[in-house]
Amino acid sequence: MTGMFRIPLGDWVQSIINWVIVTLGGFFDGVSTIFTGLYDAAEWLFTTPPFWAVILVVAVVAWLAKGVRLAVGTIVGLMLIVAVDQWENAMQTLALTLVAVLIAVVIALPLGIWAARSHAVSRIVRPVLDFLQTMPAFVYLIPAIFLFGIGVVPGMVATILFAVAPGVRLTELGIRGVDTEVVEAGNAFGATPGRILRQIQLPLAMPSIMAGINQIIMLALSMAVIASMVGAPGLGKDIIQALSRTDISLGFEAGLAVVIIAMILDRVTSGFGGARRLRRRTRTAALAPTPTAAASVAANA
Amino acid sequence: MTIPPAIEAKNLFKVFGRNPRDAVRRLKAGETRAQVRDAGTAAVIDASFTVQPGEIFVIMGLSGSGKSTIIRMLNGLLAPTDGEVLVQGADVTTANPAELRRIRRRSLSMVFQHFALLPHRSVLDNAAYALEIQGVGRAERRERAREILGKVGLGDRVDAMPQELSGGMQQRVGLARALTAGTDILLMDEAFSALDPLIRREMQEQLVELQQELGRTIVFITHDLNEAMFLGDRIAVMRDGRIVQNGTPEEILTDPANDYVAQFVQDVDRARVLSAGAVMERPLAVPVSAGIRGALRVLREEQVNEVFVVENRKLVGVVTDRAVIRAVKSGTHDLRAIADPSVRRVAADDLLTDVVEHAVESPVSLPVVDGDGRLIGVVPRITLLAALGNVPATTQPISIVPATAFELAEELTELAPNALAAAEGSPL
Repeated sequence: MTGMFRIPLGDWVQSIINWVIVTLGGFFDGVSTIFTGLYDAAEWLFTTPPFWAVILVVAVVAWLAKGVRLAVGTIVGLMLIVAVDQWENAMQTLALTLVAVLIAVVIALPLGIWAARSHAVSRIVRPVLDFLQTMPAFVYLIPAIFLFGIGVVPGMVATILFAVAPGVRLTELGIRGVDTEVVEAGNAFGATPGRILRQIQLPLAMPSIMAGINQIIMLALSMAVIASMVGAPGLGKDIIQALSRTDISLGFEAGLAVVIIAMILDRVTSGFGGARRLRRRTRTAALAPTPTAAASVAANA
Repeated sequence: MTIPPAIEAKNLFKVFGRNPRDAVRRLKAGETRAQVRDAGTAAVIDASFTVQPGEIFVIMGLSGSGKSTIIRMLNGLLAPTDGEVLVQGADVTTANPAELRRIRRRSLSMVFQHFALLPHRSVLDNAAYALEIQGVGRAERRERAREILGKVGLGDRVDAMPQELSGGMQQRVGLARALTAGTDILLMDEAFSALDPLIRREMQEQLVELQQELGRTIVFITHDLNEAMFLGDRIAVMRDGRIVQNGTPEEILTDPANDYVAQFVQDVDRARVLSAGAVMERPLAVPVSAGIRGALRVLREEQVNEVFVVENRKLVGVVTDRAVIRAVKSGTHDLRAIADPSVRRVAADDLLTDVVEHAVESPVSLPVVDGDGRLIGVVPRITLLAALGNVPATTQPISIVPATAFELAEELTELAPNALAAAEGSPL
């Protein structure tokens, strides 16, 4: 009975993908080359130096972002990854994640800004984002394989598609949420739209945008693991292997490494949002020792 | 040659909604705001006014009366649905975005209700913001901002961040930012409404001082009539999108255009608005040449107990009935000799708040003199009270002065010179 009304939607999509492969093949080859290049560079950066050097650098970054406690936690966590022999996998996952995040941010910020400025764009972008966010993550892998073959690139593309949505959303939300009177002030004094964006909207939307970037990173990391199903290197490879072999010990070790990297990335990125405010406060205090600023410095000391 | 007006608004309409142009057409054809509601919400209907250079023009109305919409059409933050705005001769309504930005940088700055400061910049950089947009170099704009911040009383807080300041101080930064811009025209949108009453009063006084010093043209939006009356050289009262009256504070107080305005001005602090010139009455005066006899005749005919003495219309002093009688008794003829020159005088533009003080201390009605000392009017105490109490001041002082003692003395004067001794002792 139901067979009578079946719409061959899946077939249509497949034929569209086929058409895309044939006509836009060159474009996808180009994308593939760029992504591969970026990933190789990042992987080289993380895996070439000895592990202790990488750990030291990450610890310093953590220290700058939040403080000594996070730095110590970072060292302990990363040493644990080394101890369970997942270091190289972890660095590959990190490279894949960071490159995907970089590209996702490059897409999300302008798109979010554009959506914030134009209701039409916002109305088009919103359902697309809904689609991207709710579609099961595995589904992206299928067309990605067709377009880019097996390897790191389809994994990266799927990761970007999956992670980009909150970045766009929170950028738009942040800019729309900027006090209209402050934007009016910029206009009233004759500022150009570009200047208003740079000097008023982006700085005031920064907390929201940083939250968006943080979300992108977390989603990208989770997707980077799944991306190993289409041959992307990294921790995901071991996890999928553990899944097929029901190897609890391998699965736990690789999984733990993912958790550690996730925690470090989350704390460091959220730490940078707060740290920037703190530094400005301290600078103000140095210029004019007002009671409030002085108190906040004392509290930090 | 006449100076071109700072701002000219001609038949401004602003309709928000689905079909604004249609709504304007129907409003022009005479339909009311309620009748065109299906086409859109008419925020401003046929508003025309002119702001002269150097004046404080106040647009006053309750929330929803369209005043904030009007001010935003003056600098092009909102485009009028119909009508035109000229700022120092430049048409804001037809300007393209780049021209509009030039007009704003050159002619208009704005102060906002909720300050609208940049929270991530110091007080100094906030105050210098307009100059930064104008392309003034960092050192120069900071120096000018520092100077203006000193003027508004924030010289010692230039390095603070806005959120470290109180509301009043933040608005001073907002004001400094607008003043630093160096434009001739300041638009102030409910600038003091978010401040508490004491600070608000302080800011109003400071604004008037600054305006006198810097001579800017100010368009001030408020819903507070007392504020409007205190600041405004002229006030436009708005209701439901229309300007219902446009005049000086005194005109609006003493001659409201309709019941709405009349009701509105009922609670206003009249002493802060009305001047001696607005309430003064025709003065009673005798020239010095009329002599004692002339003064006595006026006192009797007009049934008053004091009269001003003038020479070439200039006020010499005041003589009381008692002094006249004493002079008659001693046979003096020179009116100048008995006129009391120390009588307190007020100027026509003195506010009643100040006049009241003098009236309390002075035993006689207050003479109003012009800049050359010429007598132009008189403010009897009863007139003063009537004006402050919003009672029609049609009374003449004579109707309530109990003149019995005076009349007694007067009769005595005519009867016999030796009876004057008795008049001397009578309780005047």
